Amino acid sequence: MRYNVSYMEDIIIIGAGVTGSFLARKLSQYDLKVLVIEKENDVGNVTSMANSAIVHSGYDPLPGSKKAHFNVKGNAMYTEIAEDLDVEFERIGSLTIATSQKQLETLKDLLKRAEQNGVEAKLLSAEETKKLEPNITPEVTGSLLCPSAGIINPFTLVTHCMENALDNGVRLLLNEAVEDIKRVDGHYDVYTSKGVYQAKAVVNAAGLYSEEMASAIEPIEWTLKPRKGEYFVLDHFKANFVSHVLFPLPSEKGKGVLVSKTTSNNYIVGPSSEEVSSKEDFATDAMTLANVRAQATLMVPNIPFQHQIRVFAGLRATPSTHDFIIEPSKKYDSFINIAGIESPGLASAPAIAEYVAEELLGKLFELKKKENWNPRIKPYVKPMQLSQEERAKLIAENPDYGTIICNCEKVSLGEIKDVLSRSLPCNSIKAVKKRTRAGFGKCQGGFCQPRVLMIIAKHKGVSPTEICYDKLGSNILLEESK
Amino acid sequence: MKQDRELICIMCPNGCMLHVDENLNVTGNRCPRGVSYAKDELTHPTRVVTSTAKIDSEVLPVCPLKTASPIPKEKIFDVMKEINALHLKAPVHVGDVLIGDVCHTGVAVVATRDIEK
Amino acid sequence: MREYQLVVIGGGSAGMAAAISAFDKGVKEILILEKGEFLGGVLNQCIHNGFGLTYFKEELTGPEFLTRLSKKVEERGIEYELNAFVIGLGKDKTVTYISPKSGLEKIKAQAIVMATGCYERSAGAIAIPGDRPAGILTAGQAQLYLNEYGYLVGKKVFILGSGDIGLIMARRMSLEGAKVLGVAEIMPYSNGLNRNIVQCLQDYGIPLYLSHTVSRCIGKERLEAIEISKVDERLKPIPGTEMRFECDVLLLSIGLIPYNSLLDNLGLPTSNSRGAAVNEHMETALPGVFSCGNVLHVHDLVDNVVVEAELAGESAALYIKGELPEHEKKLKVGPGNGIGYVVPSFVDLENASEKIDLKFRVRKPSKNVYIDIKQGDKSIKRIYKMSIIPSEMEIIKLPKSLLSNDGGDITVSLQPKEETL
Repeated sequence: MRYNVSYMEDIIIIGAGVTGSFLARKLSQYDLKVLVIEKENDVGNVTSMANSAIVHSGYDPLPGSKKAHFNVKGNAMYTEIAEDLDVEFERIGSLTIATSQKQLETLKDLLKRAEQNGVEAKLLSAEETKKLEPNITPEVTGSLLCPSAGIINPFTLVTHCMENALDNGVRLLLNEAVEDIKRVDGHYDVYTSKGVYQAKAVVNAAGLYSEEMASAIEPIEWTLKPRKGEYFVLDHFKANFVSHVLFPLPSEKGKGVLVSKTTSNNYIVGPSSEEVSSKEDFATDAMTLANVRAQATLMVPNIPFQHQIRVFAGLRATPSTHDFIIEPSKKYDSFINIAGIESPGLASAPAIAEYVAEELLGKLFELKKKENWNPRIKPYVKPMQLSQEERAKLIAENPDYGTIICNCEKVSLGEIKDVLSRSLPCNSIKAVKKRTRAGFGKCQGGFCQPRVLMIIAKHKGVSPTEICYDKLGSNILLEESK
Repeated sequence: MKQDRELICIMCPNGCMLHVDENLNVTGNRCPRGVSYAKDELTHPTRVVTSTAKIDSEVLPVCPLKTASPIPKEKIFDVMKEINALHLKAPVHVGDVLIGDVCHTGVAVVATRDIEK
Repeated sequence: MREYQLVVIGGGSAGMAAAISAFDKGVKEILILEKGEFLGGVLNQCIHNGFGLTYFKEELTGPEFLTRLSKKVEERGIEYELNAFVIGLGKDKTVTYISPKSGLEKIKAQAIVMATGCYERSAGAIAIPGDRPAGILTAGQAQLYLNEYGYLVGKKVFILGSGDIGLIMARRMSLEGAKVLGVAEIMPYSNGLNRNIVQCLQDYGIPLYLSHTVSRCIGKERLEAIEISKVDERLKPIPGTEMRFECDVLLLSIGLIPYNSLLDNLGLPTSNSRGAAVNEHMETALPGVFSCGNVLHVHDLVDNVVVEAELAGESAALYIKGELPEHEKKLKVGPGNGIGYVVPSFVDLENASEKIDLKFRVRKPSKNVYIDIKQGDKSIKRIYKMSIIPSEMEIIKLPKSLLSNDGGDITVSLQPKEETL
């Protein structure tokens, strides 16, 4: 059933991935009515969730490209963002590994490119590389160190970003897919699966589906191809098995199979890079993963895959233009496309958001700052990081922090109740997992999933059969047995 | 004419491979229970049924239970029907009789867990 | 800092049995820390029967079995705390735990028994190919949902792996009205106990597909179907052998792994079982710290867990009384041909009792073999087995008199029985 909302938004953002969420947060500092419409059951749930979780330094995009510009600018913004949004972020630096004399020459070219892009970089000898990374292949001939590269928690990056936007007055609709957009009397009618919403301007940040959104307004000259990347995740079996982001030399297909630690001291290995036909194909397959493993082993020979806890596949939207598309539609300045945000999208997102807000939307709206805008998120309690005295005091004040729900990652009931009570909706087991890490450990929710499910049901006051793993329809329990 | 049969003994986890000849002579058993199992299994097989019943309790929504002794195998699903019709109230204790004579088998259904409140 | 003679980490069957036996050997200051809401651990959800035959000499369900142990704990007045989760273990035998009742507590123990059980191998660990929709659960999850929470996870079920929990769940879900379409096992033999193959599959007409694995999961939000394929000798799916089953649930029963994180974090050596390396007294490389039950190696029967845990509890009592001295000389024990792992990993002959239990599992089913126990190159005991299978744990009581301190390492291996000429 469709209904008309006779409420005019200033701006509708389609898509709550990392770009849409950064834009929402950026716009939340101005006196504007902003609505975000997201088809998934959580924010940051597609491309923004399933990637390498790297804030790239920006050494390898072509100088002069949008990728180079926004990556380098965005990377520099992350120190402050991580602090304001309370997101795990570490500039551990990246090493691009050469394993032959010929590759050493390529490294020199890359060093030049880094200099052109304004990225700090340094060539290291084989010995220096081995010293930094004792588990690197003995074949290493040298490497390019880029100290500004970082690892980030990609899950809380987006959830905290959107939570901060919501706290500052942005509104969010989940589980509404945009089906059509019409230009009517100088504004836009945005038709979703549930209703019609009106806005003076629309920003298309629909990720894999931004091509469809853009086409609703006018014929477009670019296309997007979904490119699949499959990954392994290993348990935190040991600290600093590798301590930098390790890349092979980049190729046409992308940055290649990387090996890196993550902010949770897990290790990630991937991605593959395969063009696929479907935008909903997140399947993994044994052959591709075997290939990823073989590639990674060339760089780090003794990766202990017995500690593998998960595999996953992500899709990135690869544009036919080979560069980010960040521009108004030809016909209307008030319809802005942000498309083809493949790697280095995570690093670029805050800079893209700033540009779109200040340069593109700034031409259309008066960007009057709110007096009470708060860039900081309401603090999250992290019991694992407290001293024993502080943790004891915390549990005495709220015994929920003394009940461990996730054995592997040691997540307490208090932390789960916290994320269920925030401004950002937290609807599913996966949403809890992304926010708290409950279920991220070596048993993969074997122990905690049933308990988390019951906690969500109780918190929402609904039957446990209504609780979904992720999307609507992904219910775990079928019916009461008796 | 009856034929020789082979079957795995299920009386205990040893899982002896039993050989039964036409006169119901059993070999391959490591203990006497294998003999009676093989004879029973070939003439009137029985099983213990374990399941749960709905319970009004602060602790658990279901209470585990079992048939106090084996019931004829062909009655398993009839027994389940009677079990499914139960609606208990805490407290319940291990051994409490929940159904006196399930499906006219002469066997009781009993609780297998203490649920105090 | 509160001090105890013995802290037992885990209040399941192993933890309770260890505490009871230590108490009965004179250790009175004991604390059991249990992370769950009840004593008994996983036995709470194992409502099926088949427990207790060797230990209590009668057939019990899981909850009945644990109730017998928990009554013994209560009768002795052994202190225990529920919802208590150990977050840290020090080499000085300090135990840091949190609970809603105690907040954060650091306690000191003279001895520690680890009894934290095991966890189920997950879908991610084996990278099942295809989609990752809801409806792919471990058998243990489905068991908890059904037996303690009262919910069915689906009505058309397929099971990967013929481990016992999977077989038990095939029957449980059949009884509760679900249709179980089949069980696929990648190995050419079942990994479950025979009784479960008979009572849980054959009784309900559920086919067992040996040498098959799930080669694809299909489904967007919920699981819609799976494909299984026959596998070759390298356990890789053979193209062209796919069979499709429409199902809403895939249960995984693909192995259990000791939950040994606390000891792993201390950097203590492990054995091939993925549990701690222990000596004949169940003592780990850290004197006074003992391990038993499924955190040490995954058992077939809870009865065997209890016997092993009693030994750990008694050993802890000896240690506390100063009667378990450490000796320099230790004999190494390890698996040879055809054997997966052996517990213990070490024998201290001076401390060992007259008979030493060697527990192990074979890697694959074998018929007509000898279990050959060697010290150094010398065969010291041979036991003939008509049939031996991986799903059953073997226990051999090795007389200490057969061993000598300078005889070298002990190995357990399988040898085919030679044909007589």
